[in-house]
Amino acid sequence: MSTKPSASLQRQGIDWGSTMFTMITASATALILIILVCILGNIVLNGLPNLTWRFVSTIPKENFFDANTTGVLAMIIGTTIRVLVMTLFVIPVGVITAVYLTEYARAGSPYTRIIRAAVNNLAGVPSIVFGLFGVGFFMNFIGGNLDAMLNEPSPHWKQPSVLWASLTLAVMTLPVVIVTTEEALKAITPGLREASLALGATKLETIWKIVLPNALPGILTGGILAVSRAAGEVAPILFTGAAYYMAELPKALTHQFMDLGYHIYVLSTQSPDIEKTRPILYATVLVLLLLTFSLNAIAIFARARMRKSMRAGH
Amino acid sequence: MAIVSNVTISADSIAAMPAAIEARDVKLYYGASQALKGISMTMREKLVTAFIGPSGCGKSTFLRCFNRMNDLIDNVRITGLIEIDGQDIYGKDIDVIELRKRVGMVFQKSNPFPKSIYENVAYGLRLQGIKSKSDLDDTVEQSLRGAAIWDEVKDRLHSSALGLSGGQQQRLCIARAIAIKPEILLMDEPASALDPIATAKIEELIVELKKDFTIVIVTHNMQQAARISDQTAFFYLGELIEFDTTKKIFTNPSKQQTEDYVTGRFG
Repeated sequence: MSTKPSASLQRQGIDWGSTMFTMITASATALILIILVCILGNIVLNGLPNLTWRFVSTIPKENFFDANTTGVLAMIIGTTIRVLVMTLFVIPVGVITAVYLTEYARAGSPYTRIIRAAVNNLAGVPSIVFGLFGVGFFMNFIGGNLDAMLNEPSPHWKQPSVLWASLTLAVMTLPVVIVTTEEALKAITPGLREASLALGATKLETIWKIVLPNALPGILTGGILAVSRAAGEVAPILFTGAAYYMAELPKALTHQFMDLGYHIYVLSTQSPDIEKTRPILYATVLVLLLLTFSLNAIAIFARARMRKSMRAGH
Repeated sequence: MAIVSNVTISADSIAAMPAAIEARDVKLYYGASQALKGISMTMREKLVTAFIGPSGCGKSTFLRCFNRMNDLIDNVRITGLIEIDGQDIYGKDIDVIELRKRVGMVFQKSNPFPKSIYENVAYGLRLQGIKSKSDLDDTVEQSLRGAAIWDEVKDRLHSSALGLSGGQQQRLCIARAIAIKPEILLMDEPASALDPIATAKIEELIVELKKDFTIVIVTHNMQQAARISDQTAFFYLGELIEFDTTKKIFTNPSKQQTEDYVTGRFG
């Protein structure tokens, strides 16, 4: 073995810069994990003992601060309905907008740029502003005009309801659906579009038969993100549909509803005896988390099945 | 590797054949830059015409004029005249959809739809409103046979086309293109991404397809052009340098540039 000092391959000490950077990034990740575990652990540990079948299957009575008799079935149903109705609005509108932006609009035109800027700005608007917008536009303006047009003797449309709350949430989650759908559409190889057009398909046929079916998993991702965001939001529904207390479940889209997120707010601020309310508060938070997770799980499951069947070629 | 014998056909007999595609002084601009600088040539019915030339010489761009695929790109401007069956395909009252049904295309990168083998071939037929299962079955089988892939896929017609090998996928794309019975088949370097065995199969297939279709093929592979084509056009920097029988181009070209290119001195 010969050693040439001038061309040594031996390591010269430790590369402190790299080591430091690795440690900083690792600890930042660890911090996030610790915070997540603390939050979830706290909720699960305190909530699980109080999460009984009776609790989730009971429609609450007027005094819902009593831990022994109350339940959250009405809130579970209310939150689920408002999220599902929102999805019915936001997916079609968001997908159609994304199709326009990627397939029809000219990339650099001022009009397209304005739409894109509007979508981005919409994503940055605080949710309470959406709530106020919902009251002003959907409930008072559209609802009020509907009442006038249909000659309703008393306000029927112009009052907080499942419909207005869902529409407000749909406007709020529109940007995320548009952006994820756009990404999904852009990810489709140009070769597939060309192949379809070269076979004599019109642009519409190509979008309908090739582009959209292949973008479906991506569109579902948008749906999942929208549901995640909307399920826990309270501000947009505060004035547009959520009720402090209702003796009955909503039976029409024009009815108000009780909501898990809003109920958590009520339990933590309006209780006459905060110590006695705390167990059901924890349990309610846990129910909201589980509900959000299950709504997501359903969508993720659907997406996985869709991807699988696409690979299988059906 | 099966080498298809060189097709020898005389210039005189070619000139007597009916024209399939007639191009006169075709110029194409991408924005301000000119990609085609006034190309005139006639492609004859039921012959294989090969376009050769170095990358960026405009041969693919020219090919994509014939089914108006360049329409999809913004800022493209085309002047001159391209006639197919005597009709100006850039004329005002031309139905592009109808044109593309008559002028099929096979792309460089095989691009089967993420659907079953059967549905890939049936796609163009369904677009034309054909619904009868027996009609579809017949045409799908006929097309897959025509593309020399039937025996390999007949037992798995309903499994995904993405499970096929690269060469099989490309033959499936050919089957898909001929299913709608075009008159002209445009091929944009159809074998450039394939191994030699798969390439040989595609080449054999092209010679077979010549019986029913007029074929225009862009290729980087000069041996391929020599093996399968009747006429060869050499392009350089957006200009048509020389267009003649394949035999003449490869044995006794008239232009120095052509000779340099086909003998491998540049390109």
